[in-house]
Amino acid sequence: MKIANSKVTAERLVRDALDKAKHFSDYNIFTFLDEEGAIKKAREIDEKIKRGEKVGRLAGVPYALKDNFLSPRGETTASAHILEGFTSPVTATAVEKLEAEGAIMIGRTNLDAFAHGSSTENSYFGPTLNSHDKKRVAGGSSGGSAVAVALDIVEFATGTDTGGSIRQPASFNGIYGLKPTYGCVSRYGVVAMASSTDCIGFFTKSPDDMDLLMSIASGQDPKDLTTLPDYYNDSKVKKAKKIGVVKDFDNESVDKEIREALKKKCELLKSKGYEIVELEMPALKYALAAYYIIVPAEVASNLSRYDGVRYGFRSEKSEDLENLYANTRDEGFMSENKRRIMIGNFVLSSGFYDAYFLKAAKARTLIVKEYEKAFSKVDYILTPVSPNPAFLLGEKVNDPIAMYLEDMMSVSLNLAGVPGLAIPAGENKNGLPLGLQLVGPRRSDKSLIEFSKELI
Amino acid sequence: MKYIPTIGIECHVQLSTKTKLFSEVDNDARGKEPNACVSPVDFALPGMLPRLNGEAVRLAILAGKAMNCAINPSSRFDRKHYFYPDSPKGYQITQFYHPIIGEGYVELPSGTKIRIEHAHLEGDAGKLTHFGSYSLVDLNRVDTPLIEIVSMPDIHSAKDAHDYCKELWRLMRFAGVSYGDLYNGNMRFDVNVSIAPEGADKLGTRAEVKNLNSFRSVERAVEYEVKRQSKLLDKGEKVVQETRGWNDASGETTGQRSKEEAKDYRYMPEPDLPPINLTAESIENEASKLPLMPADYRKKFSGVVADDILEVLLDYPELMNKLQEIDSKYVKAMSNLFASVLLAEEKSAEYLNDLPSVGDLNELAEMNEKKELSSTATKEVFLKLFDPQMKGRGAKVIAKELGLIQENDLGALEKIVDIVLAKPETQKAQEDFKNGEEKVIGFLVGQVMKESKGKANPSAVQEILKKKLKVDK
Repeated sequence: MKIANSKVTAERLVRDALDKAKHFSDYNIFTFLDEEGAIKKAREIDEKIKRGEKVGRLAGVPYALKDNFLSPRGETTASAHILEGFTSPVTATAVEKLEAEGAIMIGRTNLDAFAHGSSTENSYFGPTLNSHDKKRVAGGSSGGSAVAVALDIVEFATGTDTGGSIRQPASFNGIYGLKPTYGCVSRYGVVAMASSTDCIGFFTKSPDDMDLLMSIASGQDPKDLTTLPDYYNDSKVKKAKKIGVVKDFDNESVDKEIREALKKKCELLKSKGYEIVELEMPALKYALAAYYIIVPAEVASNLSRYDGVRYGFRSEKSEDLENLYANTRDEGFMSENKRRIMIGNFVLSSGFYDAYFLKAAKARTLIVKEYEKAFSKVDYILTPVSPNPAFLLGEKVNDPIAMYLEDMMSVSLNLAGVPGLAIPAGENKNGLPLGLQLVGPRRSDKSLIEFSKELI
Repeated sequence: MKYIPTIGIECHVQLSTKTKLFSEVDNDARGKEPNACVSPVDFALPGMLPRLNGEAVRLAILAGKAMNCAINPSSRFDRKHYFYPDSPKGYQITQFYHPIIGEGYVELPSGTKIRIEHAHLEGDAGKLTHFGSYSLVDLNRVDTPLIEIVSMPDIHSAKDAHDYCKELWRLMRFAGVSYGDLYNGNMRFDVNVSIAPEGADKLGTRAEVKNLNSFRSVERAVEYEVKRQSKLLDKGEKVVQETRGWNDASGETTGQRSKEEAKDYRYMPEPDLPPINLTAESIENEASKLPLMPADYRKKFSGVVADDILEVLLDYPELMNKLQEIDSKYVKAMSNLFASVLLAEEKSAEYLNDLPSVGDLNELAEMNEKKELSSTATKEVFLKLFDPQMKGRGAKVIAKELGLIQENDLGALEKIVDIVLAKPETQKAQEDFKNGEEKVIGFLVGQVMKESKGKANPSAVQEILKKKLKVDK
């Protein structure tokens, strides 16, 4: 990526990015653009460069921040009405780390409200359009971030991935998107969706950029007790030999051209001397069902704090406590938020907990074991990200089940906590990007990124 | 009909940690503005994650050990959901499925053992103050660490309920895990009461009286409930399973919420906190820091300190700690001074915060033993040892400054007695004594005391007087 130096100023980089952001405003990528703040930061960096002072590894690099990361710059809305007017007094750990290296946030990007969705159509601010076809969805939930990188507005963008929210929009827009190992990057200061599956990751245009960002953002954080001890920068890149493909994903429900793209990449790997191993992973068929129990349960719980009492939106019809809660939440949440809250509360209610939540937790254990077993046989697994390329706006918005099926090949990674990297795999006959995902064992993030270069 | 009450008690104890259970802000909000002790985590901003306070875990281990409980090597947190403005997150972080403290027991002064079912760590809620058309929310208390101690239904009288709560209070204070300030809600009790006819093999339906904050109200609430439920059963009616509130002024409980209306808390494992894993070694290491507990003192001082005095002093861990450091031959005398002089003093609460050294107390007891101080003077000097103005100077110096040292030198005393006996105004009394009116000796002793400016040891003076007046006979 382009970094500011004595020849190219940070201000130039930032101004270019801002110009492009404005040029592409009809894509509805940004919920907030901070022209003034970004230029001010850029000038500070340019001053440092002029004085010959040391600048960070991301000096002057403009980036886009998914609007569910807390930072005092602009409102943090998570594209949800209920957070309207909320400016955070604290900064997310990931944002702090990036900015300590000189990265400059030019704006916040659109998402499905609270990251609930696979198309960015569930945003209070309306959908973001696909970078390759404006009639189509950007994917989601991190749609804004994906399109910002795909249209080359910024060098990179942040994302969150709870069930595919980085990988799917990355593949819909033909760029790289990493969901790291659970616990590799701190979740502190990121609006929680589902605590046990949420991962912070990035969109980039190359594996090397991804590696640089991960070497900066990863690491244990005392503010997030679920972070793993530092390992990313000490990881030795492993030499891979065997690559697995999942037999069950090679069926009619997956778009033909995507399956062909996968086969082409396998041929490429074979030609480079890798062995392709067909894997049976029967436990993965429980992934979507388990995911849509565990995640809504955690969602319902994590969204309890949005009650109109302390910050954000409060309904005008708040004459008593009951109405304050009911009307604020009714008016403040999108239908998809409410759907997940209801499912979540249902599966947690007494009498149903064992039948749903506990059973899903057991299925999750099976999925964890299934991956462990797979990685005892192969080094990495290559699968499609989603069953289809970017679909039309409005195509699935009224069919929640169809929308949930978008996630069928992505969610098992979140349940197992393993890393997944979405990589570009060409385009279909209509010029829509196709994406695949590389899956590795826990803590193999660095090797996984390195290995992805073999597929270029 | 005669009914046997069965009572189980849940007790919430606020732990006296420096910071809150899940954040690094001050846990001590006493004297502070509302919402002054609130971190972004306690305030439940989006994206905030709980950080577990290790000190709370250590105090929980001590509390558990104080109740003779097993400490679970692995415990974890769960979320308990409900909507109310005192709960910013919309859930309380508690330990529903895997509590840190396992089974144990508390021994009452009477010797009765009340078994502990378990105790768990959790965060406290905030406080609401209601006004006419609005309410104010104070989140200072949010996520103050609590342990909730759940007893088995082993209690069968209002008196035992009272004694159990009081003993818990003592244990928490002796273990040093809580300030135990009941007035400020450091300990709160929920009491489950049911009654069943004598000899019945099934327990009756229980009512839970919530949020009692004194031992006396626990006792009164149980008495009231037993009466209320007995009346219902006598009339052939049924006790409803419900939550009841206590009105201290009227001395009555009133129904609040029945079982049907009970909330569904939708418990869920807390995904933001890893389990607490404790090695046997670390548990043992913490447990070894537990000081002597009331039951230990009862054993240690049995036969030395009178039972009733010991029970009084056991409300004051500071005094008991001091007492066990005192020279064993002075323990009895010092326990009496503590109970009858110090605690009777109006400034005793203030004095308890800063006790005199063991050396000073031993010195005082020794002076008293050697009769260098009269019992009245001992009490006076004893109190001065606590006086911030006099403190640290030592019993001897204070006694001298106040001119309270008794004259025990028999030669010197004899001289003073001779002076008094030579005085004309004592002649009649001397005659009377010789004529068998022995009680006039009091008058003569008084005269000697006066002559000595109060420093003479009165019993020594009496001996000398008796000897002298007999010899003359």
